[in-house]
Amino acid sequence: MWQSRPGVLGWVMTTDHKRIGLLYFWTTLVLFAAGGAEALLMRTQLARPNQHVVGPATYDELFTMHGLTMIFFFIIPMTTGAFGNYLLPLMVGARDMAFPRMNALSYWVFLASGIFVYTSLFIGQAPNAGWFDYVPLANVKFDPGHAIDFYCLGIIFNGISSSLTAGNFIVTILKMRTPGMSFNRMPLFCFAFLAASWGLLFALPSLTADTLFLFLDRNIGTHFFDVAKGGSTLLWQHLFWIFGHPEVYILIVPAFGIATEIIPAFTQRRVVAFPLVAVAELLVVFIGFGVWAHHMFATGMPTVTVVFFAAATGVVVIPSTIQVFAWCMTFITGNARFKTPLLFIAGFIFMFVAGGLTGIMFLAVPFDQQVTDTYFVIAHFHYIIFGAAVFPIFGGMYFWFPKVTGRLYYELPGQISFWIIFVGTNLLFFPMHIVGLEGMPRRNYTYPGGLGWGTSNLLETIGSYLTTIGIIVLIVNLVVSYFRGAVAGPDPWHGATLEWTISSPPPEYNFAVLPKVSSAYPNWDYEDRAEDRRKLAEGVMVLEQGHEQPVSSPIDGWWAEIVEMPHDSPWPILLALAMSICFVLLLLHLWMGFCFALAGIVLVLLGWHGEEPQESVA
Amino acid sequence: MLAGCGGSQNTLNPHSHQSADIANLFWVMMAVSFGGLALITGLLVFAWVRRGRRGLGGDAEDPHPGEKLSWFVVVGMGVVFPLMVIVALFIVGDWAIVKVTQAPAASSTDLTVEAIGHQWYWEFRYPGTKAVTADEMHIPVGTRINLVAKTADVIHSFWVPELNRKIDTIPGQENRILLYANKVGVYRGQCAEFCGLQHAHMGMLVFVQPKAQFQTWLKKQAAPAAKPASPAARRGERAFLGGSGSCSSCHAIRGTPARGFVGPDLTHLASRTTLAGLTIPNTRGYLARWITDSQHFKPGNDMPNFHLTDGELQSLVKYLEGLK
Repeated sequence: MWQSRPGVLGWVMTTDHKRIGLLYFWTTLVLFAAGGAEALLMRTQLARPNQHVVGPATYDELFTMHGLTMIFFFIIPMTTGAFGNYLLPLMVGARDMAFPRMNALSYWVFLASGIFVYTSLFIGQAPNAGWFDYVPLANVKFDPGHAIDFYCLGIIFNGISSSLTAGNFIVTILKMRTPGMSFNRMPLFCFAFLAASWGLLFALPSLTADTLFLFLDRNIGTHFFDVAKGGSTLLWQHLFWIFGHPEVYILIVPAFGIATEIIPAFTQRRVVAFPLVAVAELLVVFIGFGVWAHHMFATGMPTVTVVFFAAATGVVVIPSTIQVFAWCMTFITGNARFKTPLLFIAGFIFMFVAGGLTGIMFLAVPFDQQVTDTYFVIAHFHYIIFGAAVFPIFGGMYFWFPKVTGRLYYELPGQISFWIIFVGTNLLFFPMHIVGLEGMPRRNYTYPGGLGWGTSNLLETIGSYLTTIGIIVLIVNLVVSYFRGAVAGPDPWHGATLEWTISSPPPEYNFAVLPKVSSAYPNWDYEDRAEDRRKLAEGVMVLEQGHEQPVSSPIDGWWAEIVEMPHDSPWPILLALAMSICFVLLLLHLWMGFCFALAGIVLVLLGWHGEEPQESVA
Repeated sequence: MLAGCGGSQNTLNPHSHQSADIANLFWVMMAVSFGGLALITGLLVFAWVRRGRRGLGGDAEDPHPGEKLSWFVVVGMGVVFPLMVIVALFIVGDWAIVKVTQAPAASSTDLTVEAIGHQWYWEFRYPGTKAVTADEMHIPVGTRINLVAKTADVIHSFWVPELNRKIDTIPGQENRILLYANKVGVYRGQCAEFCGLQHAHMGMLVFVQPKAQFQTWLKKQAAPAAKPASPAARRGERAFLGGSGSCSSCHAIRGTPARGFVGPDLTHLASRTTLAGLTIPNTRGYLARWITDSQHFKPGNDMPNFHLTDGELQSLVKYLEGLK
C-alpha cells in the first residue's frame, strides 16, 4: 500500500481525497469567519435606528460579500469540498476519488477564487450590488470601477471549481463503489451528494453565461442587458435564478445527506422508508429546476406565468415533507441517544420545518408579492440556509471529528454549544419575520425610528452575538479535543457506514481489504465485517500491490475494470496558478497578456498529460 | 429623524380590500404553520422523552422496527396531507386573491397615476394634467386607481403595503398595479428593490383625501409656480435660476425657465411635508441645512453641498417656502 509524501510539499502536491477535504475544511472555515464578521457588522449597524457604525457604501459591500461568501465560499465548498471529499470515497468503499488530480485542481481553483474575490475588499472595490446583482444597477453606467468585474470573474472562477468537484463526485458515486455495492445498497449520503452534484452541473452554466454576459456588457460594450439597445433587464434575473433556485437545494441537500448518516448512528435504526427518501433526495433537486421565477413575482410577469411557477413551488414541497417525516419516524421507532450531533440534527429539523413553512406561504402569489424583498424573506431563507444547511454541518463536524482526528470531542461543551447556537439563531432570525411583516425592506443600511422596527432589530443583533459565542464554543471544543480528547477508536458511535470499519484517522489507501457490502448499512452487517477481518488476517487481499482501484458498473456495482490511480502531482496547483493569472489579466483588461496566459494553461495541461500514472509494481 | 411624519407601512394593518385579503390569508397560513411546526416539534420531543428506550413498534431482533407504521406516516403526512393543504392554498391564494390584487383591467379605473422611480426619490405624474410632484402622492378615497410604475434609471419597487402588494419598476417595461384606499389617511411606502447607495432613503407618503379635497389639490399642483412675493424671495428666485451649476440645472419649476430633470420637480415644494424621500421634514431649518449639506443627510445623493452666504441661503429658502 502507499504512503503520502511528508512535509508541506506533500500537502501542496497531494491527490489524497482526505487531505484535500481537510484543506477545503480549513479554508472554508476562514471564509466562514469572514462572512460572519460581515454579518456582525451589519447587525451592529442595524441594532438601533439611524446609526452610523458603517456608511451606506460599506454596508452595500458587506451584504454583497456576506451573501457571496456564505453561498459560494462557505456552504458549497464546506459540504461538497470538505464533507463530500473526505467522506464519499470512504462511504462507497473506494481508495480515492475518480479523478484525484482534478480533485486537487478544484481545491486550488477554489482557494485562488476566494483570494481573488477577497482582494477586492482590501483594495476598496468589493462587489456592492447584492449577491444577485441585478442589472442595470450592476452595469457600468451605475457601478463603474472594478467591483462588479470582481463579482463576475470571481463567480466564473469559483464555478470552475464547483463544476470539477460535481463531475468528480458523479463519476465517483457511479463508478467507484466497491464491488458489491449495487445502487440500492448505497448510503443515503451518496444519493444526496449525487443529487447536489447533478444540480451544480446543470445550474452553474446558466450563472456562468449570465456573469459572462455582464462582464462583456461592462467591458467590451455588448448589450445583453441594455434595454435601450434591444437587450433585456429581466434576462439577467431569469438566468440568475435558473441557477439561483436549484442552488438553494444544492446547499441543503448535502446537509440532508449528513442528517441521514447521523440519525441512524444515534438511533441505531435504519432510516425508515429508505427508497422513498432516496428518491426524494433526487427529486427535490430535479423539481427545484422548475421554480426559479418565484423569485420574480413582483417583476410584472403575466398572471398565468406567475401562477404556473406558484404551482411548481407547491410541488417541490412534497419531497421535503417526505424526508422530514421519515427522519422523525426514524427518531421515534429507533433508540434515540441525544448526543451533540443528533441535537444539531433535531435543531436542523425544527429550523428546516419553520423555514419550509414560510416557504410554502410564498406559493400564495399575492402574499409573496407583499413580503418579497422584506425581512420576512431574509428570515425565511436564513432559517433554511443557517438552520437546514449550517446546523447539519456543525452536527457533522462533531459526528466525524473522531473519524478524522482519532479523538473524541467533549460532550458537555458540545451540547452547550448546540443550545447557545439554537437559541441564538432563533433570536437572530425569528424577529425578522415580524419586522418584515411590519414593512422593513431588506438591504437598507439604516431605518427610521417611529415605525416600530427598533425592538425586533435589537433582538436580532443580540441573537447574532449569541450565535457567534456558540460557534466560538464549538470551535474551541474541537480544537481542545484535537489535542486532549480521549482516543476514539475506529467506531465510537457504532456508525452504520463503511468509514466506521477502518481506523481513525483512516490510512492513505482507506481500505486494505476491499469491503464486502450487502446493504446500505454495511457496518451493521456483522458477518461481512468478520469476513473482511478474516481476509486481512490471512492476507487474502486484492490490488494491495500498487496504486490501484477497481471500477464498478454504475447500477449493480460489480467489477468492471481496474485502473491505476495517479500519484501526488504538482500540476493541479500550477494549473490553478495559470488560471489565476488569466483572471487577473481579464480584470485588468490586459487582453494580449490574457492570450499569453491561455498559452500558459495549454503548456501546463501538456505537462499534466505527459505524466500519466506509472505505477512501479514492486 | 423623521419619527412623526405620519403613516405606517405595516402589511398587517391593511386599509384596502387588497391588503386586507393578503393580511387575512397570512393569519390563516400562520395558524396552520404553527400547527405544523408544533406537530414536528412534538414528534422530536416524543423521541426525546423516550430516549434510551427501544423504539416503538419492534422487538430486539427486528432491524426495521415500526417500518409499516412509518410508511403510513411518511406517505400520509409527507405526501397526502401536504398536497391537500397546498391545493387549498393554491385555490385561495392564486385564484381568488390574485384576481383582487393583480393589475386592474384597462378602463376599470377612474384615475391613472404614474410613479417613476429615480435614484433616490419618487416622481408622481397625473396624466391628463400638468401636475408633477415628488415623494408625496395624493389620491382620492374609495377610488380605483391605475398606478403605472416606471423607472428613470435602475430597478426600484413601488410598495405601499397598507394599500396593496408591491410592483417592480423595470427599465423598458410599464408595470401596473391597482391602488385603492378604504379610508382617508396617510400611508407610508418605500422602495423595496435595492437600487444603490440611498435605497434606504427612498420613502414615499400616500395622502388619501376626500374626493373634492383631492380635486382641489390636483388643480393646484397642475398650476404653475407662485411668483415670488417679496424682494428677498425674488433674489432667491434669481439665485435658483442662476447660470450653470445653479439649482435650475437639476430641478424644474413650472412657470419659470428652470427645466432640470435630475432632481425632483419643485413647483409646489412648499406643499409637501417632507424632503428627499422622507429623509427629513420640510421645515425652514431642515431645508436650509439640506441645501448646504445634503450629503450629511443622504450621503451619495446627486445634489452637491452648496456653499452659500447667509444672505443667499436665506433668500433661497424664502423663495422655496413661497412655492405653495
